[in-house]
Parts: sequence; C-alpha cells; structure tokens
Amino acid sequence: MTQSKNFGFGEDEMMLRDAARKFFADNCPPDQLHRLVANNPDIHRPIENKWQPELWQAICELGWHLVCIPEDCGGIGMPLVAAVALAEEVGKAAFPSPLLSTFNSTFVLNACGTNTAKQTLESIANGRAATLAITNQKGSWEPLDTDVRIDNGKLTGSAWFVQDASKADLLVVSAASNDGVGLYVVNTSATGVNIIADGIIDLTRDQAHIEFNHVDAVEVSAPGKGGEAISQAMPAILAVTSADMVGAGEWLLQTTTEYATTRVQFERPIGFFQAVKHPLVNVMIEIDQAKSLTYAAASAYHEEPERADILARMAKSRASDMAAFSANRAVQLHGGIGFTWECFVHLYFKRQMHNRSLFGDGEYQREQLANSLIAPL
Amino acid sequence: MSTAENRDTPEQAEFRAYCRQWLKHNHPGEPPVSLPQSELELSDPHALEWLQAWQRSAYEAGLIGSDFATEHGGGGRTDCQRIANQEMQAAKTPFFPNLIGLRMSAPPILLHGKEEVKRELLPKLLSGEEIWCQGFSEPGAGSDLANQQTFAERKGDEWIINGHKVWTTMAHFASWMILLCRTSKDDKYKGLSYFVVPMKSEGVSVRPLIKMTGETGFNEVFFENVVLDDRYRLGEVGDGWQVAMTTLAHERGAGPIVIPQAGGMDTEEKLDVYNTEPLIALAKKSYRNGEPAADDPGVRDRLVQLIIREQAIKENDRRQRVPELNDHPARLALQHKLLGSEFAQDLAQLSYDIEGIGSSLYTNDPNALDGGQWPLAYMNSFGMTIAAGTNEIQRNILGERVLGLPKTK
Repeated sequence: MTQSKNFGFGEDEMMLRDAARKFFADNCPPDQLHRLVANNPDIHRPIENKWQPELWQAICELGWHLVCIPEDCGGIGMPLVAAVALAEEVGKAAFPSPLLSTFNSTFVLNACGTNTAKQTLESIANGRAATLAITNQKGSWEPLDTDVRIDNGKLTGSAWFVQDASKADLLVVSAASNDGVGLYVVNTSATGVNIIADGIIDLTRDQAHIEFNHVDAVEVSAPGKGGEAISQAMPAILAVTSADMVGAGEWLLQTTTEYATTRVQFERPIGFFQAVKHPLVNVMIEIDQAKSLTYAAASAYHEEPERADILARMAKSRASDMAAFSANRAVQLHGGIGFTWECFVHLYFKRQMHNRSLFGDGEYQREQLANSLIAPL
Repeated sequence: MSTAENRDTPEQAEFRAYCRQWLKHNHPGEPPVSLPQSELELSDPHALEWLQAWQRSAYEAGLIGSDFATEHGGGGRTDCQRIANQEMQAAKTPFFPNLIGLRMSAPPILLHGKEEVKRELLPKLLSGEEIWCQGFSEPGAGSDLANQQTFAERKGDEWIINGHKVWTTMAHFASWMILLCRTSKDDKYKGLSYFVVPMKSEGVSVRPLIKMTGETGFNEVFFENVVLDDRYRLGEVGDGWQVAMTTLAHERGAGPIVIPQAGGMDTEEKLDVYNTEPLIALAKKSYRNGEPAADDPGVRDRLVQLIIREQAIKENDRRQRVPELNDHPARLALQHKLLGSEFAQDLAQLSYDIEGIGSSLYTNDPNALDGGQWPLAYMNSFGMTIAAGTNEIQRNILGERVLGLPKTK
C-alpha cells in the first residue's frame, strides 16, 4: 500500500473527532474534572479510583470502544487513526476512563489472531473494558519479560504497572511457560486475582500491581507467540499513548497562552514579553512535531507496516519529551498560581509525566531506534 | 509509483514523464569547478557561469516558471512547478544560482508589478540570465526591518535614491535588486515603498563582506543619488511593507506561489550537509576520545533525536496540506524556516561531538573528515538562523499571529 495524503483521516474519522471534542466539552470540563478527582489534596490520602462509570457507559453506547475491533467480532473496524483521533481528545480532556487501555488490549488481541482472541474481542465489543498486564516489577517494556508463570493452565506470579486495572473487567496477561511467553485472558473478578491499587501521582487514572494465585486462564495467543503479538501491536499502543500526550499538550498550550494574554504585570499582558512568548512558541513547535509523527505512525500501521515500529518510536520519543516540556513550561509561566492545587494545570502536568514514562520514555525509544537506524550496539 | 504520482492530474502526469525523460538526458553532470554548500555562498564566477548554463537549459526545457503565463516567459501550465521540483530533486540536480530572483523577487513582481514590468523582467529572471539580489537589511534595520533609512525622493516620474544596504547576497553578480526603502518620514510602516532597481544604475556601488568562514558571497551596497523610473515601483507608494511581506512569506516557504527548486546533488566535493544520512556515515567512520563515535550512547541519542526531527519536518509538510488537521492555517507554514534552519544548525554542530578533536581540522587540511565540510556548515548555518528574519523574530511572529499573544513591535 502507499502512503495516504491525509494519514487516513477520512470523513468518518473527522466526525468522530469532532463528536468526541463536543462530548468532553459538555461532560468533562476541567472544573468538573477537578472537583471529581482532586477533592482531596492530602499527601497521605487513601488510594481511590475516581471516575464516572456512567460516562464510560455513554461512550460504549456511542461505540467508541468498537472503533478498532474488526466487524466480524462485533466492532466497526476503523483504521488506527480513528483511535488516535479519540485518544487526542481524551488527552485534551484528561479524561479518566479505561478507553485507551481497552484500545491497547484490542491491538494485542487483533495481533493474536486466534479464535479465543476473537471471542475476547467480542466480549470487549459487548462493553467489557480490558487492560494489559504485560509489565514486570522492574518496569521492563521488552515483550518477553514477565513475572507471571503459567503451569497446567493456571497463572501464578505478579504483573506490575497495570493501567486502569480498577476500571477494567478483563486482563490480557503475559506469562512464561516452557513453550515461551504466551498471552492469557482472565476476569478481574476471577478467583485468585488480587488487584492491589498503586498510590500514583496522576489523578486522572488508576494503576495497580496484580497478584495471580493459581488463576484459571484462557490462552489467546498461539502457544509461545505472545511476545510477537505484543511487538506487532506496539506501534499502535505507542501511537495512542502519544496522541493522549499531544491532546494534553495542546490543552496546556492553549490554557497557558490564555493566561499570558490576561495576566498583567509591568502594565502589559505577560505574553508581550519574549521570555514568555518564545517558550510558548517552543511548546507549540514540539506539539506539532509530536502530532505529525503520531499521525504518520498511525497511518503507517496499515499502509507501511514495515516502517510502523520506527515511526511509532519516533512519535513516542518526541511526544514524551514534549509532554515533560509542555507540563514544565505551563507551571512556570502560570507563576505562583500554577504551583497551587487549585489551578487545573497540575492535573495535566501529572498525566503528562505518567504517559511520558508509560511504554518507555524518549531515551528508551531512541535507544531502540539507534539499533535499527545507526547500527546495533 | 510514489504517492505523489498517484495524485497527478492528466496534465501533471504527462509533464512528470516529460521532466523525467528530459532530466535523464540533460542532467548537467559533475561540475568542472568546486561548488559552495548553497546558493548563498556563491563567489566564484566560473561556478556561477556553470550554474547559469544549467538554469538556462532547465528554463528552456520548461522546468522553471512552468506555471507562469507564457507572456511572462513561463510555460502556462497549471500546478506543474511542484512536479518539476519533485523530479529535479529526485534527479539530484545542482541548485539554481538565481535563488533570490526565483524565490524572493518573482512573487512580488507577479503579484504587485505593472504588466509591462512583468513582461520585461520575468523571462530573464526565470532563465537566470539576470541575477537578482535583495536590498532589505540596513545597518539600522535588521530585526526591526521597518526602520528603513534609505530614502527615495519623488521627482516627477522619477525617484532619487540615497542610502546603504547590508548583507546583500549576490549583489556582486546581480543585474537587479528588490529594494525596500523609505518614501515618507511621517509613518514608520506606511512611509515605506518597494522598487526594483537596475544594479548598473549610476550611483550604485558594491563592497564585498567576508563571512566568519572566510568565504565571500554577501555585500554592502551604497546608493548615491540613484535615479529610478517610477514604473519600477511594485505596489502603491506607501504600500512597501505589504509588498515586502509577499517576499518574506515566499522566502520562509509560506507563500502562495510555488518556487522553482532544484538540488540534492551529492558529489565528492559537495556533501549534503542538510541531511542526517551523511552524518550517520560520519559517525561510523569517526573516533571520539579514542573510541568509535557510533558506539557512544550520547552521540547515538543525539543523532537519533535529529533523525526524528528530520522525519517530523517531513510529516509536518504532509499534515500542512490537510486543512482539517490544522487548527490554524498558518501554524505549520510559519514554522518552516525556523525548523529547517535550527535542524541544519544542530546537525552540523553534532559533527563536533562525533569527530572529537578531529573536528579541529578545516577545509584546507588533507586529513579533515569529509573535507572539513561539517564545521564549515556549522558556521554557515548561522546565515540561516539569522537571515530572513532572525529566529527570534520568527518566534515573535508565531506567538503573535498563531497564538494571538500581544505584539512586541
């Protein structure tokens, strides 16, 4: 296939994006979000999962969770840019939901290609949220690294840094056996599954480590082919994560720009001064590069699969660096108020810093890229 | 078939096939003389002569001015210049010497000039027979471009010009100059007008400036009671600032007219210093502090950062052409010059880290890697980050026009 001019953003994808923009503006404005997730600033606060399950229901009724599920599994089978367009709006709203984790699980299940994977996709299509449990305690992103074993069809061990675990119904778990690493699906409510919520900085999601004690599991990958499925899905996972950061970056840029045009010091709006103006432009430049690379990665996923991994790692690298930079400048340029709990900026700051590390930060991605673009070390 | 080709109209497809065929037989080949890294450093008349012959043959074949009207010396085609550009770049041709004519002078002449002036000037501009230079900057008008002191005083149908221009690239070869100057002292912006001036006029004198690299290529130009016919005015008296914006938009790659562009030629002497590929090759053959540079984790990280920026610039260009994916129509276009020039500068600067102490060797040393072109490119890169509005001014423009921040001026 050849590269499309518009990255594959057709009319349907644009409509979906515009609908999402309106949905979040109507249902999750920043003041409401702040009241929901930031009502307790106590640094020793109990670990809580604050979100609005009714909005997730509404999203499922709109069918956004279906966009990347194939039609024969009850989905819509849209290209990856549809999920990327939604993720960008999700990021812009810093929206707490299992949508992105469900997308990521969908990508992995799509790559498995087995009947059991298809059945799992069908149950996601029916509204069950899913998430990936494929990371070990050392925070490795290598597809073959896992602290879970499978013996005689039962999972034992632990998975770490599981996103939205307390919102999900299904877990896609990587586990090692004598056949290699496979992927398995379990219910979060299954006997022997113990979800231990992490105390995390980001207020707009939840995260957990999960213990498995002799848990019955259904194998969804071909035997020993779990690592390959994860690798095949990784460009999509990285693109969606980057899109979230692009959306959040745009919110930080617009909000800080607005502040710089209204806040007056030395008889002028502070945005007059180049010490404020130029960093805002630099944030914009970084967002635009991350955005263009993210769209390119998403379109390559279907159109040039052999380049998808490289473009997705480029996107994640640029987006991760941008996430940190946009968050840093937003707090600094808001001055004293930006440093407070009552200002909404910290919600996005924390989300950006979380996504920056998730699935590997910029340096990690560049290390991978150097091996293919320069020479293996 | 590339994506670009898939989108060709029948006229474009036919023209593309023609260009490809023509270039196959008429590529000028290896230059008999050493060429500089870009048009901006042209100082050897033999190099100019050779490049002018190339521009003339490309013009006569219809690859320059493809979309211009035939009465203006063009090909009278529709949206075909970009096709010629793609094919010339794919064929890795030399660049065109009349850069300032094609990029900065033709658009304002076409958009603001009188019909007779278009017919008089455009054919020889497109063919490269007449080289152009730009008279905008002055000792007191750099970033504050509107602070023009060169003055044109009206005498009937003529203007008498006095003043001093600087950083005038190609003035030593030029037949014509685009001139921004003051015609009224009453208003800083509305007191400006825009002219085209024959460099052979009595009272025009050119003095070369030497750059930090040791190369020449730009100049000072002095005007002493230079007489100019009023038909050489572009736009109305007092509209000079608006006409200058036409030039600047095209100079920064953000104008409506597609500029003829050739280039990409990679010879042993002329290394492509605007591309990561030769820098990767440099890293693979360099030692730094006694160790292979390509194995150094810091070098690897910075090199990949540049490869990513290079890709991002390409993907920005792709996204810029899809209006629905741009919240503000000028947001990406206005970043073009900034991104390109800073990328080129950082690329060349990384060569110092790659080469270690080897980076101390210059173009006159036989042991210099890649002929010392990288440190030369680094020094020359400041031409790009300073010229055409410093990148600080570019950031002002982006902040004001795109983000809506209060104006600095």
